[in-house]
Amino acid sequence: MIFLMKAFKNKVWSAHDRRWVILIPCLWLVLFFLIPFFLVIKISLSESILAIPPFNPLVTWGAECVLSIRLNFETISRLVTDSFYLGAFSSSLIMACVSTLTCLIVGYGVAYAISQVRSQWRFILLLMIVLPFWTSFLVRIYAWMGLLGTEGTINSVLLYLGIIHKPLSLLYNNFSVWIGIVYCYLPFMILPIYAILDKLDPVYLEAAHDLGCRPWQAFWKVTIPLSLPGIISGCILVFIPAIGEFVIPDLLGASDTLMIGRVLWMEFFSNRDWPMACTLAVAILLLFVVPVMIFQRFQLRENEERQ
Amino acid sequence: MRPLSKINIISLIFGYAFLYLPILIVVIFSFNESKLLSTWSGFSFKWYRALKDNEGLLSAVGSSLKIASISATLAVILGTMAAITMVRFGRFKGRTLFLGMVSSPLIMPDVITGLAVLMMFVTSEQLIGIPSHRGIMTITIAHITVSMAYVFLIIQARLKDFDNSLEEAAKDLGAKPTKVFFLITLPLITPSLMAGWLLSFALSLDDVVIASFLSGPGATTLPMLIFSSIRLGVSPEINALASLIIAIISLIVLGAGFLLYRQQRRL
Repeated sequence: MIFLMKAFKNKVWSAHDRRWVILIPCLWLVLFFLIPFFLVIKISLSESILAIPPFNPLVTWGAECVLSIRLNFETISRLVTDSFYLGAFSSSLIMACVSTLTCLIVGYGVAYAISQVRSQWRFILLLMIVLPFWTSFLVRIYAWMGLLGTEGTINSVLLYLGIIHKPLSLLYNNFSVWIGIVYCYLPFMILPIYAILDKLDPVYLEAAHDLGCRPWQAFWKVTIPLSLPGIISGCILVFIPAIGEFVIPDLLGASDTLMIGRVLWMEFFSNRDWPMACTLAVAILLLFVVPVMIFQRFQLRENEERQ
Repeated sequence: MRPLSKINIISLIFGYAFLYLPILIVVIFSFNESKLLSTWSGFSFKWYRALKDNEGLLSAVGSSLKIASISATLAVILGTMAAITMVRFGRFKGRTLFLGMVSSPLIMPDVITGLAVLMMFVTSEQLIGIPSHRGIMTITIAHITVSMAYVFLIIQARLKDFDNSLEEAAKDLGAKPTKVFFLITLPLITPSLMAGWLLSFALSLDDVVIASFLSGPGATTLPMLIFSSIRLGVSPEINALASLIIAIISLIVLGAGFLLYRQQRRL
């Protein structure tokens, strides 16, 4: 409060006052974001024991002034050698890629269609894209459970219409997880792509038309390359959270539909193996999140240089 | 503009039907007499009545609302400070690191964020004894950290588009910088602040993973309750609860959207 009162008296925000504005969020993030990640790395190197908390401390100050540091690489070796984890990683990767691709196709179609609509309708259309996002995510997954089950709505309708004679197995498999992921992350794909398409200068399309390009060709050769930044943002916003998804595979998938987020949860809650959970977290970060962040930073610098 | 081509119309219809079908099913069947989502056996309010008597549910709703409102408010304050730092304060040492820290939660999977913050609390409990137990406060802190990233994104975009002439006019008339901020800047970015608050509120109210990692005995949030009910089996009361949530949130979002639309048209 004192700094606020002093700031009111000063004519210009001195560097000293600015420091407070930077300091508070910075401290918060260091305390609750940066340090936690270092702790995750530290705990991934410790041993799992039956205690509270269920891991051995890394550094102990023992009798006769002996400082012992125990680094336990067991979890890392298990991660690399056990085919269970490798299988989980690869199935997560495949599921995330397929879901991202589907989101891209459907999302681009919807975003493009919205960008072609008259401008007074666009606002309400966009609002209706965002509205489901605001309603409970769990509840919408629950709705899909009801829709896809053997006694669910889709099967009942198809049986009633005589299109099928036995209920289709639509739930508790990779299909339902795929639908769930696409359903939940579709708005994240539509919005960035629409944002780019909205700002697209029609001059380019007109030039292509004047040079003899047919509409489909123009779409592939002009519109899509120009909307690439939106496509990339959308894909990143879908791919990374999809890989680490837990709720969707847990509710909509079979008990052996393994996605790495779910494996982490099981290691933590069911096995009480905190070091393993931490190792998995570090692996997910290094394999998926960090490369994407580096790519994003690289893209940002490219854009800044171009301007 | 040209009328929409057939492909575009099909895309729109398919897209919106896909998005809204599950919601419609939930709402329609919340009034269903029977438990199942396959047969309609009559119109009834009985699941809504059952909700009222569910005490565990009401306390979970209370906890969730508390967490959501506190975390949204603090997330807006911290996120706005971070946005001002990035947009207005030019280059300073550690700017890239700061940007990375603020915007990482946007793409970090929830399980990792929840695990990391929990490890932090466990370690600090070992070292200095705080926090002595996990519950509403720990969940709130984690939610603030995540929501801050979303608020940062929104406010930063708004500040970049900002027309500085009003602020400069105020400064020319002799107003001090802090006064300029509170009297001029803040009112102008209020719609974005409200959007950030609502977004943080909705995210907090919807989160099950982070809350599960960070909660303790006695602190059950609404999403955690819904999640465990769903895992135990199809519960028709969930339909009624879900429909209520959908109705309330839809009214708020449509109302806010309508106000925003009128504001935009006036400009």
